[in-house]
Amino acid sequence: MALRLPERVPGLPVLALVLLLLPLFLGNEFHLDIATQIALIAATVVGLNLLVGYGGQVSLGHAAFFGMGAYASAILTGTYGWTSIPALLCGALLVAVLAWTLGRPILRLKGHYLSMATLGMGIIIAIVINNEGWLTGGPDGLAVEPLTVLGAELSIFDHYSLLGLEVSGAMLWYGLAALLLLLAVWIAQNLVDSPIGRALRAVHGSEVAARVVGVDTSHYKLLIFVISAVYASVMGSFYAHYTGFITPQVASFEHSIELITMVVLGGMASTYGVILGAVLLMLLPQLLTDFQDYEMMMFGLILMLTMIFMPKGLLPTLSEAVRRLRPRPATTPASGQE
Amino acid sequence: MNQNVQQTETSRDDTARLTPLLEVRGLGKAFGGVHAVDDLSFRILPGEVYAVIGPNGAGKTTLFNLITGLYQPDQGEISLKGEAVQGLPPERLARLGMSRTFQNLQICMNMTALENVMLGRHLHLKRNFLAALLRWPSLRASERTCRAQAEELIRFVGCGDYVDADAAAMPYGALKRLEIARALATQPSILLLDEPAAGLNSTETAALEQLIRKVAAGGITVVLVEHDMKLVMSISDRVLVLDYGRKLAEGTPREIRDNPDVIAAYLGG
Amino acid sequence: MFAEFLQYLFSGVTIGATYALVALGFTLVYNASHVINFAQGEFLMIGGMSTVSLLAMGVPLPLAIAMAVALAAVLGVALHKLAIAPARKADVITLIIITIGASIFLRGLAQIIWGKEFHAMPSFSATESVNVLGAVMYTQSLWVLAVAGVLVLLLALFFTRTLMGKAILATSMNPGAARLMGIRTQFVLMLAFMLAAVLGAMAGIMVAPVTLTAYDIGIMLGLKGFVAAAIGGMGSGVGAVVGGLLLGIAEAMTAGYISSDYKDAVAFLLILVILFFMPRGLFGARVAERV
Repeated sequence: MALRLPERVPGLPVLALVLLLLPLFLGNEFHLDIATQIALIAATVVGLNLLVGYGGQVSLGHAAFFGMGAYASAILTGTYGWTSIPALLCGALLVAVLAWTLGRPILRLKGHYLSMATLGMGIIIAIVINNEGWLTGGPDGLAVEPLTVLGAELSIFDHYSLLGLEVSGAMLWYGLAALLLLLAVWIAQNLVDSPIGRALRAVHGSEVAARVVGVDTSHYKLLIFVISAVYASVMGSFYAHYTGFITPQVASFEHSIELITMVVLGGMASTYGVILGAVLLMLLPQLLTDFQDYEMMMFGLILMLTMIFMPKGLLPTLSEAVRRLRPRPATTPASGQE
Repeated sequence: MNQNVQQTETSRDDTARLTPLLEVRGLGKAFGGVHAVDDLSFRILPGEVYAVIGPNGAGKTTLFNLITGLYQPDQGEISLKGEAVQGLPPERLARLGMSRTFQNLQICMNMTALENVMLGRHLHLKRNFLAALLRWPSLRASERTCRAQAEELIRFVGCGDYVDADAAAMPYGALKRLEIARALATQPSILLLDEPAAGLNSTETAALEQLIRKVAAGGITVVLVEHDMKLVMSISDRVLVLDYGRKLAEGTPREIRDNPDVIAAYLGG
Repeated sequence: MFAEFLQYLFSGVTIGATYALVALGFTLVYNASHVINFAQGEFLMIGGMSTVSLLAMGVPLPLAIAMAVALAAVLGVALHKLAIAPARKADVITLIIITIGASIFLRGLAQIIWGKEFHAMPSFSATESVNVLGAVMYTQSLWVLAVAGVLVLLLALFFTRTLMGKAILATSMNPGAARLMGIRTQFVLMLAFMLAAVLGAMAGIMVAPVTLTAYDIGIMLGLKGFVAAAIGGMGSGVGAVVGGLLLGIAEAMTAGYISSDYKDAVAFLLILVILFFMPRGLFGARVAERV
């Protein structure tokens, strides 16, 4: 069932407002830090949702693209002295080329074979990052230079004056992450609302139907695979600059699973749903730290229960419930059939 | 092809004389040794309503899947408007003006009725990637036109009540017509309908008959696989009878009705 | 030179037999329910870890093994009853996430009970190793091979000779028809999960003396088993065994001749290459898509 209830609300301004007001409620720098990380990961997941939620193509290896973006930025700025933006673009280009090359054979596969292949691709990339220590620092990780924009360095440890106001670097980073998330959502929604997005959703709905009306389905699958990979790469670059230190964990299988879990948990093919998924999945470990040893078990349990009782994901299930509470207009054609 | 579009009355002589819109020669397809379609040849003229009938398992749907590129033929040729098209994928055939519906519906249940039909306009839309990414005004205008055309088609097939309904919430009969609307949205020169009346009640079938007549009157060649003999006999210009993947008979509805082989196959089958 | 090759072959076949058992578990569950059970690897961990604990408590080895396997079987049934059956109408990807949730849950549980450190299990035989043509063969490898062989044989007999086995096959081919024929498909599904858990636990117990065991060994072993099953073509029993052995040998040869750093990459490289050329694995059915 297409979920349009939340999409009909002017979602983007609401999201912008939430992101704008959020810092007022965040008590300290630690909360701000979590919010910044969530925004960057949420933007990644909005891209992944284009592939998984709208296109119906499973990727169990997307963290590899995130990791490649992160490492490309770290290595090009650190080892080779590039500035941030060219490094980020170079990383994105690299990822695009790789995703395009690997995507062609991979996306011919269906179902579990597709899961298997994307999983394999992701793990191989993670192993390479782990093993090629001369370039990546290996399992010990790699320090990353702060982000430089137009010659100015953006560090979370500094303070800046902006329009006469004293603003902390952490707050500026939060603002940047929020802007990136809004941009990610805007682009994703534009794409979904276009003929390209329709073709993509048709690939999910009925690939045969899409083909007989002239949709070159393999072309669109590949296109969206590359787009979602570039989303991950760009956000990986920002993430690396933000955290200042990365380990192969960013590209790992576990991270890939986290990303796709955010999509499924929040609600596939619902842009705001997957953002909710990212928020919850990243807050959960924070909330569970009190359980210490039981953290992992609780996490698994919550994940399992949510998916069993809300197989369509959180937001679609919630908005379905809201829709049921509201009395239906009597003339809705969808309600008066059979 | 245009000079032939007005031809609605066809006879044996025309079949030989006119350039066929679709021609099938020596077509064959086997699955694990079973010949689903075997050495089959026929020609379909522009503007005619051509029905394919036969008992279950006679190879009708396989034939449709071969013509529309979903299956690769083992041997034989298919030409559309004089161009060899066997082995081309469905998305290429759509560009050449071929469209179809399915016996077991192929509707995108994750979309609305309107979106399903707008999907049918795919080939006729601007699909510039950057324009889509940045929501350029030209793209928005083209989407508005597309929406209007799709709405009109939905009304044309008689689903006007369901324009904004989720496909998943629509009744079966409406979905069958929605599929025709989507096929028409591609502006085909040839439309293949696979059991359009299956599962419909008599009122719905009557409405379907009117719809097919309207489509054919618009100059679109219609090929249909159908079990409902009353429908077939009333709207077809010519009928092809398949049995075990082979041609048992071909001719006008009257000729088919009187053909002893056909009677034997149906009564003895 | 040859001794070296033989050495790699021994270790490859040993680990390969383990993969084969995991892959068979995947195949069983996949055939019965079309679910890819990402928690399959955890049964190896449960089997190995509980045996280690029971041995430490002074339980004799055969009894310890039986109890560990029984525990895994119960968990397998519980996984089906509590997690898979309630969600059987969900999307493939949702089911994948559920089994991943189950796997994280079991790993978390194991971490609480057994901690994060590695646990060693003694070899089953007093003699640790024998010399074969200059290569060292661990007696435990023989145990792994023998047990795997017997299990595969039993499984083959089960599917060809018993009514229950045939019922599982029937359910995998056509659940609707099987139900009409009076087969209780839910029971069959449960049985498949239980058998898969037993296979996994046995593999985990047998291989523990060779590789050590820890709360998180299930991830990689499970993924490798999944790869082995996919190499063979999901759903083919013979394919799973061949895929497992092939994978084990390829890994051992890579570790020996190329680089042990890239040992874990072999499985995934292999599966990519195979899927690129044979999109349904080595033994997968080639069916025309019906529309």
